Amino acid sequence: MNPERRQFLGWGAAAAGAALAPGFSLIELARARSPQEAASKLQRWGLLIDITKCADCDACVTACHEENGVTGHGRPETDAQWIRKVSLRDKRTGYAQTLPLMCQHCEHPPCVDVCPTGASFKRDDGIVLVDKHTCIGCRYCVMACPYGARSFVHEAVSGQKADVPRGKGTVESCTLCVHRVDRGETPACVAACNRDGGKAMVFGDLNDASAEIHRRLRSAPSSQVRADLALNTGVRYQGL
Amino acid sequence: MASIQYREIEGRSGAYFALLAVLGALILAGLGAAWTMEHQGHHVTGMSNRIVWGTPHVFAVFLIVAASGALNVASIASVFGRELYKPLARLSALLAITLLAGGLAVLVLDLGRADRMIVAMTHYNFKSIFAWNIFLYTGFFAVVALYLWTMIERRMHGYSKRVGVLAFLWRLVLTTGTGSIFGFLVAREPLHSALLAPLFIIMSFSFGLAIFVLVLMAACRWTGRALGDVVLNRLRNLLGVFVATVLYFVAVHHLTNLYIARQHDVERFFLWEGGIYTALFWFGQVLIGGVLPLALLFGASSRRAFAAAAVCVIAGGLAQLYVLIIGGQAYPQLMFPGKEVSSSFFDGVVAAYAPSLLEVALGVGGVALALALTVVALKVLPFLPRSLADGELGGGTA
Repeated sequence: MNPERRQFLGWGAAAAGAALAPGFSLIELARARSPQEAASKLQRWGLLIDITKCADCDACVTACHEENGVTGHGRPETDAQWIRKVSLRDKRTGYAQTLPLMCQHCEHPPCVDVCPTGASFKRDDGIVLVDKHTCIGCRYCVMACPYGARSFVHEAVSGQKADVPRGKGTVESCTLCVHRVDRGETPACVAACNRDGGKAMVFGDLNDASAEIHRRLRSAPSSQVRADLALNTGVRYQGL
Repeated sequence: MASIQYREIEGRSGAYFALLAVLGALILAGLGAAWTMEHQGHHVTGMSNRIVWGTPHVFAVFLIVAASGALNVASIASVFGRELYKPLARLSALLAITLLAGGLAVLVLDLGRADRMIVAMTHYNFKSIFAWNIFLYTGFFAVVALYLWTMIERRMHGYSKRVGVLAFLWRLVLTTGTGSIFGFLVAREPLHSALLAPLFIIMSFSFGLAIFVLVLMAACRWTGRALGDVVLNRLRNLLGVFVATVLYFVAVHHLTNLYIARQHDVERFFLWEGGIYTALFWFGQVLIGGVLPLALLFGASSRRAFAAAAVCVIAGGLAQLYVLIIGGQAYPQLMFPGKEVSSSFFDGVVAAYAPSLLEVALGVGGVALALALTVVALKVLPFLPRSLADGELGGGTA
């Protein structure tokens, strides 16, 4: 092989490599979950809330409503609340606790069962959502939810976030910040609690044995709110 | 046996048009209320995130329940072969349709997105009792319309009994569906009970017959048609039995709850310390809707007493549904047993609710729509016999 020919082949190989490289990196990219890819049953997203660490703050509530563009009109009875701090006091002993309560992302969600149009639905990865295009505003899901987690949008909304469509006359609730989860981030409440609060919240895949949430749940007792209903909630509490 | 002759009502008098004008004004007020709620959002009503089903639902459910019950008189004639009731069957079927139309109008106009009815008609989740009800309600219209056709068209008379049986079974399923909307709610301690389905069926018998009797009396009186005592006394006894049975089911529901420790707080709320809901239960539902009608039906024999009893049954029925639907939401959901609960969502406390004028206007508009449709239909088609005098009853073709 003469040197010219060798050089030509060398350049050719380099050119081919350069041409193919973006393709290979695209394959790498495609292995991460793209917005077009469907959620998978292999995952079950969940939250663990250790209420012994839950401070007397509302960092999670503020962060949630800021992230999702949930603004009030100064009317607490009709303003939407995707997450709220609940104060508990034992009737006999007076022992006081506080905890955040939001959609519990049940495996068997009553809101999904009762929705006439199928607007309330559960993704394969366990996140319970409302399709804003098919919700007719009948509020049957609000009647069915054992946690008071759903809000009916009682008046026109403004300042909506691009990722979080909202609309007057439809029902909404915590989405587990699905738009963040799909980007590989944690929900806003969890991020805020770890940054500004008592570091009481852990987000993760309940099916992943290597995830922190899995490790914590198998090493210490936890409970579900209204476990008697056997809804298998995605949100678990410790210290309750 | 003489055949029954039916005649349209004349419907040319000033009183007829005045009645239609009043009903029309109420319908317009109801539409105006719905328009305001749709434009402003539901925050202009008394409803909230704790009480999401308000006064419109009380009226809508009342009308829908009464609609299936209004068909009873026709069913007694066709299905159970009681000739005495046959002349009343057409009016009974007509009221079943018009009351359902009024109730559904209220239900639909109270939706957050009433403009999305096409979505409700094209997207179904068949695990939802609401989705079944969409079929049960539209099917009920079709079956009862067919039933009316077999009663009015001479050539179809032969099918009247078979279609009557279908309509009877359909209405039983329909009211089971309406009761189950509430009975299937595991998250609401005051409502969650299989007893609600049969309770709603017997409520429908009672409310539907009360409305039927009042419409029959008014129609006969205002068009100068005779109305005999024989048929009225039968209806009187029937209403008495229905009212007593409603009381029985209500008593069983509460006694069952009183036996279950977990439900003690619920019963304490509704029977003793629930404020407006306790008052409406004892004075509205039990006294005015139960005890008083029984006294009027079995203790007095005048028509006026019968009519007063029917009015009481309707008032008591509205009170009963108010207690059940709104009281059932006002009572706080049990999430943390043994704990005092408080939050920005008003967890742990009885939710505040006062019906707004808009909601009442929408509900009354639905009642007016049902009555207006009845008044117009009576003029267009022969639903009422020329006479319901004692001697002329008891036979003939439907």
